[in-house]
Amino acid sequence: MASATVARPRGEMRFVRSRAALLLGLLLCVGALLLAMLASIAFGAADISAATVWQAIFAFDQSSTSHLIIRTLRIPRAVVAAIVGAALGVAGAMMQGLTRNPLADTGILGIETGAALSVVCAVQFLGISSISLYAIFAFIGAALTAAAVYGLGSLGRGGPTPLKVTVAGAAITAFLSSITTGLLIFNQRTLEEVRFWMAGSVAGRDLKLLVQASPYLIVGFVLALALGRQITTLSLGDDVAKGLGQRTGWVKILAAIATVLLAGCAVAVAGPIGFVGLVIPHMVRFFVGVDYRWVLPYCALVGACFLIMSDVVARLVIRPSEVPVGIMTALIGGPFFIYLVRWRVKR
Amino acid sequence: MGTLHTEALELAYDSNVIIQHMNVSIPSGKITALIGPNGCGKSTLLRGLARLLQPRKGAAYIDGKAIHQMPTRELAKQLGILPQSPIAPEGLTVMELVAQGRYPHQSWFQQWSIEDEQAVEKALAITGMTEFRTRPVDALSGGQRQRAWIAMTLAQETPVILLDEPTTYLDLAHQVEVLQLLEHLNKEQGRTVVMVVHDLNHATRHAQHVIAMKAGKIVAAGVPNEVVTSELLQEVFGIDADIVPDPRTGVPLCIPYGLKGSSAGIKTTSLEAALANGTTS
Repeated sequence: MASATVARPRGEMRFVRSRAALLLGLLLCVGALLLAMLASIAFGAADISAATVWQAIFAFDQSSTSHLIIRTLRIPRAVVAAIVGAALGVAGAMMQGLTRNPLADTGILGIETGAALSVVCAVQFLGISSISLYAIFAFIGAALTAAAVYGLGSLGRGGPTPLKVTVAGAAITAFLSSITTGLLIFNQRTLEEVRFWMAGSVAGRDLKLLVQASPYLIVGFVLALALGRQITTLSLGDDVAKGLGQRTGWVKILAAIATVLLAGCAVAVAGPIGFVGLVIPHMVRFFVGVDYRWVLPYCALVGACFLIMSDVVARLVIRPSEVPVGIMTALIGGPFFIYLVRWRVKR
Repeated sequence: MGTLHTEALELAYDSNVIIQHMNVSIPSGKITALIGPNGCGKSTLLRGLARLLQPRKGAAYIDGKAIHQMPTRELAKQLGILPQSPIAPEGLTVMELVAQGRYPHQSWFQQWSIEDEQAVEKALAITGMTEFRTRPVDALSGGQRQRAWIAMTLAQETPVILLDEPTTYLDLAHQVEVLQLLEHLNKEQGRTVVMVVHDLNHATRHAQHVIAMKAGKIVAAGVPNEVVTSELLQEVFGIDADIVPDPRTGVPLCIPYGLKGSSAGIKTTSLEAALANGTTS
């Protein structure tokens, strides 16, 4: 990804980025994503040889159990992980750029919890059982929570500082998740219906669900990628962006819509999965820089790779049983969050 | 080109009215310094002129056109603003920052042109930042960082540049560096510069027009020689100061001695008296 390095006073290395290097890096990421998907299809509880995997993809035999496992379980799982990872990575990058808050993440700021509570409420009180309607309620929950966290974090002097917004997010997350838990304890039927979904997993997700969510996902991704240049300018600060002639209000509204669509879809499809949106943008910016025209597509690819690989590790660590992928991402993301709070947040 | 003026301008933050019924005009092609105590509204006025703040009443005009009615992108081609101590995202390079100055000149169809390239190179050269182009802004010294931000505003290629305390947090050499750069821009390129400054001597030394403010009102405006007097300093800042001509340039130089009518000034004399009488306790 780097063509040359420049030494910094603090001994850190910085990368000089040319357009060609960035494009090459993007291609490498596509390659890595394909490899990750192959790994995700090849490894699992059942031992299936590479040759069988190949046949299952290119010469499908309906009578073979192995082929069925590949086709109906592992491929959907890899695809779901890729898309959810991409959505969370892009949503996290949008939030961090938009709020200039290095701790912004759809998980930490409670947006995923809000989306989850909204879905649980829909199941409990409105009797919604079609998983395709989950997406709509996930959007509503995500949008309301985002507004609440931002509003609460803006109170007091100095407006929405990273620290205040993060604390507001943590408080609202705790509040909403306790309501969710309460609802689930008192209603066995709702619990049965959403328990599997609530765990935050990419396993056993029907591809149909993804198809139903795809219009929203496409709008979310297209809107986010189209806003790349605007987010870069906005990341210099509101006043600077306005001074340069940006209509910051519009950019923020559109970026918020894209973020809510992506995070809402991710939650509707896979349940709440934390920390992907936090870790990935930081990793990407370290190599790619702060131009969001590049950061966003990189976040999509790296986020997809990250969630697929987390999912592969999650099913290999205690084989033949498996850990929910949400726990794997938290295991990696938790220490990273502490690192950010300790060394990277200046205000 | 590049004349600013306001008519009955009223600026407020929420319910807190800072500036009321202000009529001021800022000459084109000159460096204008806004001076006054903390909270007098000089930064607020600058933000109002740069449409970062919507007026409650009245209007501000650039070359006769109402600033808050203009499409924001059009205004960004006429007027650049450097807010007080802006913070660049971590890892942003000087080149990337300066390129952002081309924002108002770009569109969906015209992403990056030869003109953009030339404007950026020119801005880097004028500010002496060419050799730092690949360095991250957060790794620069204070003066270099401020020059990088000024370069961004220059790349915007506007006849008018507004700066909010461009020398704050800089050491003496870096202050001089930034002020000389602004003087150069004004003289060589004829740009109208409006800056909020705290150091009165910077104002008299580098500006051709000084506007003194107090409590949201203009107390005096004009050439430094006429505006900066000991009476004015007493009225605006409440300080007891002597004004002497600068030995090299002849511009007024302000030497503050103490707060007018407060214990600070009196203490000095009483201490002196005590010392003279040899009765130090």
